[in-house]
Amino acid sequence: MAWYVERMALVSLDDVAVKLGRREILTDVNARGEAGQLIAIVGPNGAGKTTLLRTIAGLLRPARGSVRCGDVDPWRAPRRDVARTLAYVPQQYRLAFAFSVEEVVLLGRFASQHGLGMPSDADRAAAHAAMESCEIAALAHRSFDELSAGEARRVVIAQALCQGASCILLDEPTAAFDPAHARGLFRMLQRRCEDGLLAIVVTHDLDLALRHAASMWLVAEGTLAEQGAPADVLRSERTARAFGTALHLGVLPSGEPFAVPA
Amino acid sequence: MSDFLGRLRARALTRRRLFATLALGALLTLAVCVIALMLSVESDRQGRHLSWLGFAAFTSDGLPHQLLWLRITRVAAGLLVGGALGGAGCALQALLRNPLAEPFTLGISSGSALFAVIAIRIGLDRWLGEFGVAGAALAGALASLALVWQLARVGRHLPPATLILAGVTVSMFCSAASLLVQTTADFTEISRMLRWMMGGLDGRRLLVVEGAAPPILLGVAALWWTSRQLNALTAGEEAAASVGVALGRTQALVFAVASLLVGVSIALGGPIGFVGLIVPHALRALLGADHRVLLPASVLGGGALVVACDLLARLVIAPAQLPTGAVTALLGGPFFVMILVLNKRSAGMWEAP
Repeated sequence: MAWYVERMALVSLDDVAVKLGRREILTDVNARGEAGQLIAIVGPNGAGKTTLLRTIAGLLRPARGSVRCGDVDPWRAPRRDVARTLAYVPQQYRLAFAFSVEEVVLLGRFASQHGLGMPSDADRAAAHAAMESCEIAALAHRSFDELSAGEARRVVIAQALCQGASCILLDEPTAAFDPAHARGLFRMLQRRCEDGLLAIVVTHDLDLALRHAASMWLVAEGTLAEQGAPADVLRSERTARAFGTALHLGVLPSGEPFAVPA
Repeated sequence: MSDFLGRLRARALTRRRLFATLALGALLTLAVCVIALMLSVESDRQGRHLSWLGFAAFTSDGLPHQLLWLRITRVAAGLLVGGALGGAGCALQALLRNPLAEPFTLGISSGSALFAVIAIRIGLDRWLGEFGVAGAALAGALASLALVWQLARVGRHLPPATLILAGVTVSMFCSAASLLVQTTADFTEISRMLRWMMGGLDGRRLLVVEGAAPPILLGVAALWWTSRQLNALTAGEEAAASVGVALGRTQALVFAVASLLVGVSIALGGPIGFVGLIVPHALRALLGADHRVLLPASVLGGGALVVACDLLARLVIAPAQLPTGAVTALLGGPFFVMILVLNKRSAGMWEAP
């Protein structure tokens, strides 16, 4: 039984097409994400990676096909129900007013609060744990708009983690990170996935995706062009065509794989 | 002192801090009200001097008692008008993610001014008394709200940029139209129109104040109840939706309630400017951005500010009176510039993302 539950698709897309304005960005997208998986979405700029992620998050209406996450349709279900299953970390996060880091992280508890929503002990504990695992506990009482881009990013990731959702979507989370923090984030996500989280990460960090992701989706030519084990996807013909260059895959002396443009 | 406040507002709000802040705010507001009730200027042979009514007026009969009741009505009107403007301004700034948003930049005030001017021009005030102009002002506020809402809405969203654009457009059109109405009016009508447009609280009858109290109190309570959503909305629509805010419903509710508050307050006191802008801005610098404390504090602060400005309006050139709206604008303008100059760095955030 446990095996069956673990293997059930948490996120599923069937024949999904998405339009932005009149332009059809994605067509015929079919994919599954299971609990416990770390999935990396790769692809050239402007291929529609963010559009795909926003569709899964229920922020864009699919023009055709169906998107399911757990037992909800993210576009139609009340946002509160969606937020309990899905957390989303956008590429840009800007506040109009100066909130402190702790307050920003606690916003992630929105869906589990009621009324005025004064944070309960459970909320504070969840926020604190999320801040610890994103290495921002020391910044808790700083103002959010004084942080560096990388620090601010980690705050938003902590907010998404303390939401307590079973699926987390991240849009280029490592874009502003130094190499050590980028690797730290992927390790942390991998650990959480071993505990049953589904993480879907849009990234240009092919090395890290190769090392840590269980599965990789290539978004190119207006659809989900390839999916499978990261090494297979990166070696494929279509990936080479999409990036305009073949990728050279190798193994470091430490035994870790790497990928560089050939 | 400011260092202490800074450390305090960096911590997430606790129930204790919320209650302590609001109790202190209520106490200060009460003090302002008591001073406004008791203080006046008397003229005798020695010239003008301040006089204090004394608490005996509560129990005594005769002139002091009647005077006290007149002032209670006036102070209550000031509290309601200021509280509504402060609360609505605070909520609109969060909704639009813009510290410049307030009833006046969104065209709500100009719309209601246009309707009031038309009401005076066609003689509605002679026919229905002060309810005529007040009712017209309220109708104008709600009509311009509906118009701005229709112009600005994109699908089920309300993008801040189009909302401000629509607001400014409606505001300019209504101002032009009310100028046009004024050119056709005769001298006494124009003086009544000007008097109304300057905003004032003198001569309000208790009946009108009692009528305005329930919608304002309910509206303010409704806004406070959505303050958690307002917090999430300061990060933008998509970020708010992904933590679980019902976007369309929240935006509609906040916009409608804020407009109702502004409409009722304009009906009661005329267009009193700057309160919705300054009060949330100043209190945000003092208390932090969490709307659970900022919103009720803005209500109290707005009420106290209008009562204080009305007191000044009554005292400065006594026995004559200044229009209350002129006092808030005269004090508010320089104060706002001061905030701007002190916070130039954070003012850079105004570029809408």
